[in-house]
Amino acid sequence: MLNKTGIPTAEDVKKVSPSPDRLKKGPVAIIECFQEIPCNPCTEACKQGAIQPMEDINNLPKLDFEICNGCGVCLSRCPGLAIFIVDGSYSDREAVVRIPYEYLPVPKVGDKVTGLNRSGEELGVFEIIKVQSGGQKNKTYTLWLVVPQDLAMDVRSIRLGGLRHAI
Amino acid sequence: MKEIEVLIIGGGPAGLSAASAAANLGASVLVLERDELPGGQLVKQTHKFFGSKKQYAGDRGFQIGNLLIEQCKTSAKVEVWTNTTALGIYEDGVVTAESQDEHVKIKPKKIIVATGASEKMIVFPNNDLPGIYGAGAVQTLMNVHGIVPGQRVLMIGAGNIGLIVSYQLMQAGVEIAAIIEAAPAIGGYLVHASKIRRAGVPILTSHTITEAYGQESVEGAVICKLDENWQPIQGTEQDLKVDVICLAVGLSPLTELCFQADCRMKYVPELSGHVPIRDEYLETTRPGLYVAGDVSGVEEASSAMVEGRLAGISAAYSLGYGLEAAPKLQEEALAELNELRSGPAGHKTMKGIMKLMDKGEVVC
Amino acid sequence: MRITEHPILEFLRGEEISFFYNGQELKGFEGETIAAALHAAGVKVLGHSHTMHRPRGLFCAIGNCSSCLMVVDGEPNVRICVEKLKPGMRVETQQGKGSLK
Repeated sequence: MLNKTGIPTAEDVKKVSPSPDRLKKGPVAIIECFQEIPCNPCTEACKQGAIQPMEDINNLPKLDFEICNGCGVCLSRCPGLAIFIVDGSYSDREAVVRIPYEYLPVPKVGDKVTGLNRSGEELGVFEIIKVQSGGQKNKTYTLWLVVPQDLAMDVRSIRLGGLRHAI
Repeated sequence: MKEIEVLIIGGGPAGLSAASAAANLGASVLVLERDELPGGQLVKQTHKFFGSKKQYAGDRGFQIGNLLIEQCKTSAKVEVWTNTTALGIYEDGVVTAESQDEHVKIKPKKIIVATGASEKMIVFPNNDLPGIYGAGAVQTLMNVHGIVPGQRVLMIGAGNIGLIVSYQLMQAGVEIAAIIEAAPAIGGYLVHASKIRRAGVPILTSHTITEAYGQESVEGAVICKLDENWQPIQGTEQDLKVDVICLAVGLSPLTELCFQADCRMKYVPELSGHVPIRDEYLETTRPGLYVAGDVSGVEEASSAMVEGRLAGISAAYSLGYGLEAAPKLQEEALAELNELRSGPAGHKTMKGIMKLMDKGEVVC
Repeated sequence: MRITEHPILEFLRGEEISFFYNGQELKGFEGETIAAALHAAGVKVLGHSHTMHRPRGLFCAIGNCSSCLMVVDGEPNVRICVEKLKPGMRVETQQGKGSLK
């Protein structure tokens, strides 16, 4: 149960997952927001009109997978860091997962990092192919990881680096 | 004696919002802040805020704090006295304060108490060992002074503060051994919980601390599982080697000044303790004394800012400012509060306010 | 333990200055609290309780709890979590409750 562990269940994830066909077509946002809290920046971030405006600010976001082009603006704006972009069209065997990242050190392109699932369990070592800075004010980085197709809906974090303070 | 139209006690999110709202309508405002810098807990928050644009959603707490400070700084009508602690509110309306070792007297026409909340403590053996901190202390040490409290932390409490401070510790490169929570469910926002969990930090609900140990400071802690009656289950003890135990076990409204000013008070568990009875425009039973933010019931900073704005507008309006604009601004603020509290996350607050105001229906 | 880099925050520290902790020279930064400087230097025990003589450390860091009272430049009962560090300051562990001059 999500509210006991912080780990979204398979059913939770299913509710916000596009069809396998849609995943194959190209990048798409996965909004892993499962609790009604007063929050709406994602609706304003989406310039495609894919995330519909909320009637009540406590509503869960509603995303139209067909309109979403996976631009990733919502990913870097979501205060809950709950949005990911998955691109199943990367290659036959591999997909790209984009995750928000606010720790140090920030990995570099070409780095191999340990990918983790929603429970923080290791899923393998994956390559970073792109690192997007959120900019001076936003500060949230977007990491692009190449993962096997069958892990595209599982990789959601990376193992953090070492200590970053003088002892 | 310093004379002023609106005196605001507390320069956090509620107080600063109240100051600029009252000043915008034309009132002269003085803010008393006991810390060296205004901004309250906002300036210690590294995460992006929820809510909507009207409450600066998407900006990080410290950025919002800086913005509120800037608004007050640039307003000719707002004066902020830092390093100043309010001491008492007297029958004749005089407020006394200690300001840099001087005893000062202030005669305001209206008072807004925005003193915030203080942290709760829990009981366990050796809970007084060095290395055990309130979550606020960890934030101050880490996000104001840039000093980490230790190497490995046990966080107690999975409300928003426990989750957020854990995340802040991880951002500073500190390891979190676990977050434990006595309740059967996570109390804070689940998106906060999920981002910490997927980085590998266990969140253990129905768990409590049975003891801390260490010679001169914390060397470890024993935790155990609780049954559905919140009783420890024998044989579930785990020993965690940690050098820091961080307590995030709730807040109590800082209401001493309200009690002392003879505001009628009521104990409302949903609002986290004794809170002053007030009308919907946040005026207490002592005429001319308003409250805003956590002192009127512990909630998120987003609603504290809106409450501050509402109290500021109401105080200025009662002095004859903004006769045309104020009623509309008040309604806007009330609508925002209603919006923020109308979902499941605001249910508890709504219930508390209902109890406080002795009304059968929900009113902000 | 000072944070050297942070993903979100920047720490603008003042001038490095010297002060004395129980006679021992330590370094800190202008503008920070005495408690912050002591903490960064690894001093966790700030005093002992009057009756049970149990160690006391930093707890609230905002001047609420009295867990960090020390003698500063001869003055007892100073809340070092809110008192700013100054060059040459003499910070000493307090014995007992302190007395009026």
